[in-house]
Amino acid sequence: MQSLRRLGAAFLAMAAMLIAVPGLALAQAPHPWQMGFQKAFSPVGEAVHSLHNLVLIIITVITLFVLGLMVYVMVRFNRRANPNPSRTSHHTLLEVAWTVLPVLILVIIAIPSFRLVYFEDRTHEPDMTVKVTAHQWYWEYGYPDNGNFAIESRMIPTDELKPGQIRLLDVDNQLVVPVGKNIRVLTNSPDVIHSFYVPSLGVQRYAVPGRTIETWFKVTQAGTYYGQCNQICGANHAYMPISIKAVPPAEFATWAAGAKKAADSGQPIPSAGSTQLADAGVTTSDIRR
Amino acid sequence: MSAATHDHADDHGHDHHDHKPGFVARWFFSTNHKDIGTLYLIFAVCGGLVGGVLSMIMRAQLMHPGGTMVTNGQTWNTIITAHGLLMIFFSVMPALIGGFGNWFIPLMIGAPDMAFPRLNNISFWLLVPAFMLIMAGLLLGDSGPGWTLYVPLANQNYQPGIGMDLTLFSLHLAGVSSLLGALNFITTIFNMRAPGMTLHKMPLFIWAMLVTAFLLLLSVPVLAGAITMVITDRNFGTAFFDPQGGGDPVLFQHLFWFFGHPEVYIMILPAFGIISHIISTFSHKPVFGYLGMAYAMVAIGAVGFIVWAHHMYVSGMDVDTRAYFMAATMVIAVPTGVKIFSWIATMWGGSIEFKTPMLWALGFIFLFTLGGVTGIVLSNAALDQVLHNSYYVIAHFHYVLSIAAVFGMFAGFYYWIGKMSGRQYPEFLGKLHFWVFFIGVNLTFFPMHFVGLAGMPRRYPDYPDAFAGWNYIASIGAFVSGFSVLIFLLVCYKTFTSKVKLADNYWGEGATTLEWTVSSPPPFHTFEELPRIR
Repeated sequence: MQSLRRLGAAFLAMAAMLIAVPGLALAQAPHPWQMGFQKAFSPVGEAVHSLHNLVLIIITVITLFVLGLMVYVMVRFNRRANPNPSRTSHHTLLEVAWTVLPVLILVIIAIPSFRLVYFEDRTHEPDMTVKVTAHQWYWEYGYPDNGNFAIESRMIPTDELKPGQIRLLDVDNQLVVPVGKNIRVLTNSPDVIHSFYVPSLGVQRYAVPGRTIETWFKVTQAGTYYGQCNQICGANHAYMPISIKAVPPAEFATWAAGAKKAADSGQPIPSAGSTQLADAGVTTSDIRR
Repeated sequence: MSAATHDHADDHGHDHHDHKPGFVARWFFSTNHKDIGTLYLIFAVCGGLVGGVLSMIMRAQLMHPGGTMVTNGQTWNTIITAHGLLMIFFSVMPALIGGFGNWFIPLMIGAPDMAFPRLNNISFWLLVPAFMLIMAGLLLGDSGPGWTLYVPLANQNYQPGIGMDLTLFSLHLAGVSSLLGALNFITTIFNMRAPGMTLHKMPLFIWAMLVTAFLLLLSVPVLAGAITMVITDRNFGTAFFDPQGGGDPVLFQHLFWFFGHPEVYIMILPAFGIISHIISTFSHKPVFGYLGMAYAMVAIGAVGFIVWAHHMYVSGMDVDTRAYFMAATMVIAVPTGVKIFSWIATMWGGSIEFKTPMLWALGFIFLFTLGGVTGIVLSNAALDQVLHNSYYVIAHFHYVLSIAAVFGMFAGFYYWIGKMSGRQYPEFLGKLHFWVFFIGVNLTFFPMHFVGLAGMPRRYPDYPDAFAGWNYIASIGAFVSGFSVLIFLLVCYKTFTSKVKLADNYWGEGATTLEWTVSSPPPFHTFEELPRIR
């Protein structure tokens, strides 16, 4: 599977070069025929990738080992090759071995896993907080540390897509965050359970009515990152994507000031600065109205 | 169909002169474990066909992005809800537990019948209204919270129609049916074993059914409690799960998965038992590490009760709780590994015949391993943060359920259909069925790992265009497996019209359990004189 993935990645890289159209931020959204994770752009995401690489190797080896044993048994011990079956039905050492060895393998997996679970949980040094409120069927992002304003984020319907926008993933108002800062996320929902899920940032938490759930992420590179609601929430479950735009801190401050003013006066929320999307050829003003 | 084939079968069974009741008394008021088992098996085929049609609709919808078939999200949600519930409660469980359990528990332990024959009858006939209720929920189109029934989505505000209540009542009936069945199985296995058959001499299928029955007995009441609370929340103004009344939606998840996780072992353990017998029969060797195999199932059942919250890693549980559930869940890999290696060791040194049941058993071992190792990935709370509710999860649980448990069902069918009907199944068609289904399900579910890793969420009627490629492959695979069902129906037809008469033990010296000592098909009443086990 590993080598297949590499082969797939090579093929994809080639295909991407051939068909790369300016305007598609390919790195953060899923690719056609993608076989592995989306590229990680957060410390948690990177840690998840490296742990998954370890586990993937282990499980691939186990699967191939079992397959190898089965093929050997089928070839060596079929009716023709071995007409007289043995009557062996016990082998204590073997039985102890296949109980103890898996335990050791699990310990190898468990040690980095426990570390990562605690790392993923929350950040003790949040630079700012974003309140993520999930609704049927849009997201509301609150900025309590930046003047306590909130914006609403809805999917752009297919018939209103502009060139370069991704169907079912692009939204009217992105969740804008500063690059390189620890963002504390507090999720909540006033209606049903949703899930705030951004694969490339390695973050996911339910948004549950009646409770506030904390998690965190830190974006390592400016760009746009996509996610989708990941807990069934009714008829339009598939149509409430998440789009996060990470910009340099100074730009974020400018945007936040403008966005607060706009939110307070009921104006459309401005897009974040004029910085080009990471590895994209369009300015945000092309996307915004 | 059942009645016709069975009456037909009886024409040839002149060698035994059982008193059989008339048609209505025999099939509608049945107290005979074999007849009830047959009813269960027919029921499971029907449930599986309906659930399968729903899968075909789902894969047709997801074949291309843009969602052209089912355009209403609520309709979509209703379909996926019904697909899950039908396959679990109305296909896999009736086949493996009600069907093979009823048929072969008495035959394998040398008992004349089940302990409570009338309870057995009620247990089957409760499933029929349950099936009608769930179909009503599906056709009314207003029960779309997903098979996990999470509140608040399952509440009155979000599923206002009566269809949701009907679905919940359906689960109540199916739950009572399972409970009665479990009581019956436990009593039968503990009290009605033939003289000399100690617990440690019981066939592994009996061990599997015993553990399964205990899992049902301990987990189904929790589901019943949970859905009762949903019903009263919906209809009588209680607020068990409503935060505005002091309730908690996550409490429902805990209750649901306290049932739901044992439930997945309920579906796979009987298959474990069947596979052990088939591997031993066709390797012409006794099962390797019998005690290890039996107690591995007991361990899986026991540990299965303390791992439920691994379905809820991102629901905001405390990090220490997540760490605990991760550790507990990973432990399950150990007894499961014991089973896999013991099956291989059973074949080691054997003299393997590749008859149709053995093909299904070999397919089971490999694909269950594949589904098992992705379970190791998902058990990991750290990785699950990115994989939870993605298609990776869909791939994982279809590998262990839709593939492994269903392989177990088909393995049992080909292994025992000669015993049950007295007719020979067509070997070539059986093998063809295996290979087409094998290719189909792998084409369907393997690519789901890829879109899952890439971040495709489950329960979506439409997806970003980037996921189109693998979804197209998955749909092709689903249609191939759908086609294999037609081969299966042809196999059934050919079997029931076959003229080949089968001996008592048509598999030869590898098959050593008691059901091979009675005729094929067995007389209406078996073991009127108890066999003695040395």
